Amino acid sequence: MSEFVFLFRGRQRLGSAEQQQRTLEKWWAWMADLDERGLLANPGLPLEDAGRRVAGPERAMHDGPFAEVKDLVNGFIVVAADDLDAACEIAKGCPIFEQGGGVEVRPIAPMTP
Amino acid sequence: MPLDEHLFRREYGRLVSSLTRIFGVHNLGLAEDAAQEAFCRALEAWSLRGVPDNPQAWLMTTARNRALDVIRRQRMAAGHAPELEQALRTGQDAEPAADDPFLSGAMKDDVLRMMFACCDPRLPERTQVALMLQILCGFSVGETAAAFLSGHAAMEKRLGRAKAVLATSRRLFDIAASPQVVRRLPAVQRALYLLFNEGYHGASAETSVRADLCQEAMRLTALLLGDPRCATPATHALAAVMCLHAARLPARVDDAGKLVALSEQDRSRWDQQLIADGLALLDLAATGPDLTGYHVEAAIAAIHAAAPHFRATDWGAIVALYDRLMRLEPSPIVALNRAVAIALRSGPAQGLAEIRAIPDRDRLSAYPFYFAALGELECRSGNAEAARIHFRHAISLGRNPMERRYYADRLALCGAGADSVQRLEDMWDHALEGLRTVLEREPAVR
Repeated sequence: MSEFVFLFRGRQRLGSAEQQQRTLEKWWAWMADLDERGLLANPGLPLEDAGRRVAGPERAMHDGPFAEVKDLVNGFIVVAADDLDAACEIAKGCPIFEQGGGVEVRPIAPMTP
Repeated sequence: MPLDEHLFRREYGRLVSSLTRIFGVHNLGLAEDAAQEAFCRALEAWSLRGVPDNPQAWLMTTARNRALDVIRRQRMAAGHAPELEQALRTGQDAEPAADDPFLSGAMKDDVLRMMFACCDPRLPERTQVALMLQILCGFSVGETAAAFLSGHAAMEKRLGRAKAVLATSRRLFDIAASPQVVRRLPAVQRALYLLFNEGYHGASAETSVRADLCQEAMRLTALLLGDPRCATPATHALAAVMCLHAARLPARVDDAGKLVALSEQDRSRWDQQLIADGLALLDLAATGPDLTGYHVEAAIAAIHAAAPHFRATDWGAIVALYDRLMRLEPSPIVALNRAVAIALRSGPAQGLAEIRAIPDRDRLSAYPFYFAALGELECRSGNAEAARIHFRHAISLGRNPMERRYYADRLALCGAGADSVQRLEDMWDHALEGLRTVLEREPAVR
């Protein structure tokens, strides 16, 4: 088994209060399912929209490090899977697609080759 | 930690109401945006981390901070705006404390004030209900439009105009000023009644029964009952009507999604707790000299609730109550219901005669239940051909598939012979429970 970071990007902020709650429940169901199957290596954390980027030799600070709002990472989890294909299959079940967002799946580099 | 099933919907109304009290009615749009934003943040944060210990306080703080951010920006853009400064200070004073027992009390009051604000006499009744759905129940424009068989754009326009009317009074309706409360209370009761009916047998394009709308109406009515100035006999009677009707909801639609007539409902599925609550509320309503339409309707519903099976229904008592309702609130719809009750007490010929005697029955000409009632009574009288014409008319006027299917089933059975008594009984449910609602909602036929 290898570990993969799922970066959640660009979920749209639409819908009524009721729809939001239903969406939230879908997320919990999805996360609980991963957990039950022993695939949730780390439940991760949500991220705020705000933030800064510090870059360049002069360590300049820029507000909003993000190219576009749709690229904004708003949270991550770590999932255990056999390989990248299997990890992507797991990602396809994420409720974020119903919100117009996507998942970036990145293998975590192993410490030993 | 699991959430209450409709926590977001309920909290939305509280957030918008409280923020509107703090920032003024002219900032209603800001309050709505801030509440919406809080739910977006909650969705992002809670989906990975679960629910915080006090989700209500989390949402309120998030929404309030969001509103303050916007106001600060506006203030900077305007350079100078003393009233916003004031709002900002007040807003900061209103910092929600998680364990503050007064917080929930104050927010309850805010929701009540917003309810009264929505029932502004300058707005049509249907618009008042739509506003309540959107502001107090967190319905989107689309969801509100669907509940009223209205287009998205038309509903958006209607709500926009209504909010502009509300914004002309800057302060949220003050329920502490009791003469105003008394004056506007009937409008609030009426709007809640319409909201409940919209759920019980509404004009939604998808389905005739929207239990969630009934729940919202009952939740808001409970708030009225919690305030001594609003807990009048009429409010108790209104709450009784809702409980006694809601008790039958579990039996009203079968597993296949078909409407089930009162005569065929599995009465063991009726909610006995709600029936008991409804009867207790009716007792509480019987104090003082007031007798309202809600009282009479609750009494009719109580007779149905008391009947162990359809054939045991006391139609004589129901006819007497409709006589009384005709004196209180005369309308062709009440008259039609009364005629149906008479048919069930004394036979279809008397029922038809009563319908023909309704002086202003031409005002019923656009309403499906009227034709359904005529169809059933004609069928029961052996005039199958006349009955079929009426049923086809009813189908053409039906507002959703559930309703049209119901009439189509009646049409198919018409003339089949032996089950005519049963059909008459089926019609009772449909005419009684749906017809009055729909017609009363249209000012044109009142």
